[in-house]
Amino acid sequence: MNINLTLIGQTITFFLFVWFCYKFVWPPLVNALAERKKEIADGLAAAERGKHKQKLAEKRSAKVLHEAKGQASEIIGRAEKRASEIVEEAKSDAKLEGERLLITARGEIDQEVNRAKDQLRQQVAALVVAGAEQILKREIDAEAHSQVIDELVTQL
Amino acid sequence: MAGRTQTASEYIKHHLQNMTYGQLSDGSWGLAHNAEQAKEMGFMAIHVDTMFWSILLGVFFLWLFRKAAKNATSDAPSGLQNFIEMIIEFIDSSVKGSFNGRNAMVAPMALTIFIWVFLINFMDLIPVDWLPQVAALIGQYIFGMDPHHVYFKVVPSTDPNATFGMALAVFMLSLFFSFKIKGVTGFFGELTMHPFSSNNKIVQLMFILPNFILETVALIAKPLSLSLRLYGNMFAGEMIFILIALMYGGGWALGIFGGFLQLGWAIFHILIITLQAYIFMVLTIVYMDLAYQTAEDH
Repeated sequence: MNINLTLIGQTITFFLFVWFCYKFVWPPLVNALAERKKEIADGLAAAERGKHKQKLAEKRSAKVLHEAKGQASEIIGRAEKRASEIVEEAKSDAKLEGERLLITARGEIDQEVNRAKDQLRQQVAALVVAGAEQILKREIDAEAHSQVIDELVTQL
Repeated sequence: MAGRTQTASEYIKHHLQNMTYGQLSDGSWGLAHNAEQAKEMGFMAIHVDTMFWSILLGVFFLWLFRKAAKNATSDAPSGLQNFIEMIIEFIDSSVKGSFNGRNAMVAPMALTIFIWVFLINFMDLIPVDWLPQVAALIGQYIFGMDPHHVYFKVVPSTDPNATFGMALAVFMLSLFFSFKIKGVTGFFGELTMHPFSSNNKIVQLMFILPNFILETVALIAKPLSLSLRLYGNMFAGEMIFILIALMYGGGWALGIFGGFLQLGWAIFHILIITLQAYIFMVLTIVYMDLAYQTAEDH
């Protein structure tokens, strides 16, 4: 229970320990804690940012998808329109072609008819001439009458 | 031990005597052989055991924390760092909660007080005879002393010198910062202008003396209560351990009963030593906070 120099000794010891703790123990530990706090906060902030970015990207991708769908349907529509146009064109072309073919065919037919008529006429003429020849063999000069017959042929 | 020829009273007295180094009555320097000699040494003596244990434990605390501080990283902590950080955060939140000034020294001081006082108090849990017996053996066989004259008090906080020393340091620091923050006029103003004050100058002048007396008493009471609280609690706890240890000399039945008592008291004492360390720390923080409070805060 005696109060003696131990009192002073303890006081000095106390100051030394506090000084050492203040100088070498406390700062590194508190700094480490503060740094970790900051790192965690940064990490959380980064995660939050990432989430936000993801949301934005999702929104954008949905928008792009929507646009692409619109475009696709537009293209399909256009294509269908074009296809029907082509079909229409082909139809009208075919019609025209058909008409043209019909006209030429008709021309040819006319030609053929005319030629056939000509042949027929000639054959008929020849037949007539032959018939007439047979009938008129004796009384009619073929040569004198051929001119009349030719006139007849042209009249046919 | 009580089984020796010592009486119970001698046993207790032996346990309560510090190993004191100082000038003996014949003029030579040495260890006191008994309480009377220790008393005669007066102020110019030192308690070797108190100093030894407090310095040893303080160095252990600083070594442990320095080790953790050196390896401290902001990565995921493990093992020792985890444990140390838990304490650091506890101290930090305590300091932030009660100390409103700006002083980077208060938190390390609170940490030093808490851990150091805790470790010092923890020595109380070591059975009361172990370390004194070891000291007696060392004294007998290495230094050739009479083992009965080897006094060895293991718990520095049961020595008022230790607790007063710490409280004195805290007191000095709080005075220092009080001066630094408030200046001489502010400091003495605080001592003389409260708690009685008046707008009338003459009345105020008359109040100076009673104010000064009251405030000085309040000021001195701080370190006194701080140190006596710790000392009283630890001394009482130690005393109970010593009384329980006396039972081991009273036959096997009483000895076994004493064993259980000691266990129970030790478990309860874990609470006390932690609580006392915590109270010492918190009050130190509060005193420092008071030193930082200017007159406007009153």
